[in-house]
Amino acid sequence: MKKRALFWAGLMILMFSVSTLWAKDREYRVGCAFAITGKASWLGEPQRNTVEMLEKEINAAGGINGHRLKLFIEDTQGNNTRAVNAIKKLVKKHRVSVIIGPSRSGTSMAAIPVVTKAKVPMLSCAAAESITQPWEKRRWIFKMGQNDSDAARKICDHMTAHGIREIGILTGTTGFGAAGRTQLKKIAKEYGITIVADETYSPGDTDMTAQLISIRNAGAKAVVNWSIVPAQSIVPQNLRQLKIGIPLYQSSGFANIKYAQAAGVAAEGTIFPAGRIMAVDFIPDTHPQKAILKKYKTGYESVYKDHVSTFGGHAYDALLLVIEAMKKVGDDPAKIRDFLETTEFTGVDGIFRFSEKDHCGLDKTAFEMLTVKDGKFVVYRK
Amino acid sequence: MNTSFTDLLQFIFMGLQRGSIYALAAMGFNMIYNATGIINFAQGEFVVLGGLMMVTLTMTVQLSIPFAFLLTVLFVTVIGVLMERLTINPVKDPDVLRLIIITIAVSILLKGAAMCIWGKESHYMRHFSGDTPIDILGATVLPQTLWIIGILIVVVVAFVLFFNCTMTGKCMRACAINRDAARLAGISDRNMVMLSFALSAGIGAVAGIIVTPVIQMDYGRGVLIALKGFGAAVIGGLGNSIGAVVAGLLFGLVEAIGAGYISSHYMDAIALTLLLAVLFVRPSGIFGSSEASRLKDF
Repeated sequence: MKKRALFWAGLMILMFSVSTLWAKDREYRVGCAFAITGKASWLGEPQRNTVEMLEKEINAAGGINGHRLKLFIEDTQGNNTRAVNAIKKLVKKHRVSVIIGPSRSGTSMAAIPVVTKAKVPMLSCAAAESITQPWEKRRWIFKMGQNDSDAARKICDHMTAHGIREIGILTGTTGFGAAGRTQLKKIAKEYGITIVADETYSPGDTDMTAQLISIRNAGAKAVVNWSIVPAQSIVPQNLRQLKIGIPLYQSSGFANIKYAQAAGVAAEGTIFPAGRIMAVDFIPDTHPQKAILKKYKTGYESVYKDHVSTFGGHAYDALLLVIEAMKKVGDDPAKIRDFLETTEFTGVDGIFRFSEKDHCGLDKTAFEMLTVKDGKFVVYRK
Repeated sequence: MNTSFTDLLQFIFMGLQRGSIYALAAMGFNMIYNATGIINFAQGEFVVLGGLMMVTLTMTVQLSIPFAFLLTVLFVTVIGVLMERLTINPVKDPDVLRLIIITIAVSILLKGAAMCIWGKESHYMRHFSGDTPIDILGATVLPQTLWIIGILIVVVVAFVLFFNCTMTGKCMRACAINRDAARLAGISDRNMVMLSFALSAGIGAVAGIIVTPVIQMDYGRGVLIALKGFGAAVIGGLGNSIGAVVAGLLFGLVEAIGAGYISSHYMDAIALTLLLAVLFVRPSGIFGSSEASRLKDF
């Protein structure tokens, strides 16, 4: 009898010590859902690369307070149904503490009900303002991408400074283009800028001369094109072909040097707002973001031999924020959420100042106006 | 110069450029339709492969444009022949539905292969003869647009000559009209099917090559080109090549003029309304004969 009691006691002690050991070694789990393949892979691919690079870095340096960082990466293919499934899998099967992504505005919107119900914070890497607004209904949602409304504001600032009062807008009929169109109309009104022509084209369209002629005939003093690939390389070429000598503004989506290269000489002088990562070399050393921008750019470009992109930057900021939160409060989802809401963070995308009502934390100062000069992106100076 | 006139001229050039691509795609559809009675869903992929191969040969390998042109057409033609030999020819009981599903499978396969080889981003290449716009009566036209229209004319003339003046061409027509009778007359219909795939892949490649400098090319572009080309083929009357060219150009013109004068929001809607209208009035297409279409399986 005594022997048996001793045996049980011994077993209990063993189990206890094993379980505490296990708890100490327990990894911190972070879920990522990016559009790695499919139409929006130009968003998801750099994001995946970025988080994998950071994961290695962190674990090589001993993890987060001794806990290994473990990423679970899912491919949404930029598709809403797949995104929702991926998020469910991350939450239910992998029991992650926090989710980074999805990459697109549409997939982020689709994921909101799932994470809200599961009470897991989500750091979206998309741009649409509706992801974090209305704030009462977005308790668990944060967003890394700069607001599209702020991009529109930055463009309108620039136009006002250059005395442009009548503009023509040209937008793709994608989610990104349609959101841009809504914002442009709203913000232009705030600035007292008149939209004299409002044209659209479908995503696969390849010739916008008809739309540009309408814009020219309406007497626009500038064109704003808001779309994703490949139209943003074609519009400058069409403008050049038609010899319409008015300035071309593009959305923050133009911030990839490959698009400028694809448009060739026609892209020269295109003006667009972009995160500072696109023009690291032109940012003064005194700028608070300079150090992190440089670190990300050199790190990414040496590992992947490819240009950095704004989109990868969103994932970079998101994971750094999560690591910061985990260092302070551990891996409890609710605690991470509360920490994020009160934090201030200098990242690649700008200086985030989160609050209860603002889960994006960025304003128009996160953008810099860039232009294309000799095939390179430079900060616009007049 | 009168602005409204130059605008119209500009829209016409834009329409002709768009339409030429639809016309070439529609001709490709017809070629295979005539020989087999099926719609080849991989037609758009031929265009994409042509464009992407041309990009590689001119921008990476730095070949001269005429040489790269020939090499690309040859490459895609070989793909077309392989497709027929490996997937269409071995089918024991070739009924229309089965063959169409095979072409869908091949289209997915080719698209996947193109994605793996060329990646997902858009590729661009230099224009054939510079990209300085030319003034024509006040409208500005890219030299590439003239190349596109010119090459369309050359292709059409070559095909008219081929089908009317050569024995092989006549054999193909015989097969299209009545396959059993043609076989009785000693024509190998299987070879004619292979030839039709070769020619249609070749036309697809030409379309891809000439259009890539203007529109860029990525692996997923085939679907939309094929859809518009199919629309043109239907409007022109399935199986009628001249009909396809006229309808393709008409399709492009209606889109461009609609976008210019009505609203760019409705550009696709205008083109598809035209398609519906034609189908309501003449189900066999503008140039198709209703008798012939009743005889076809599809």
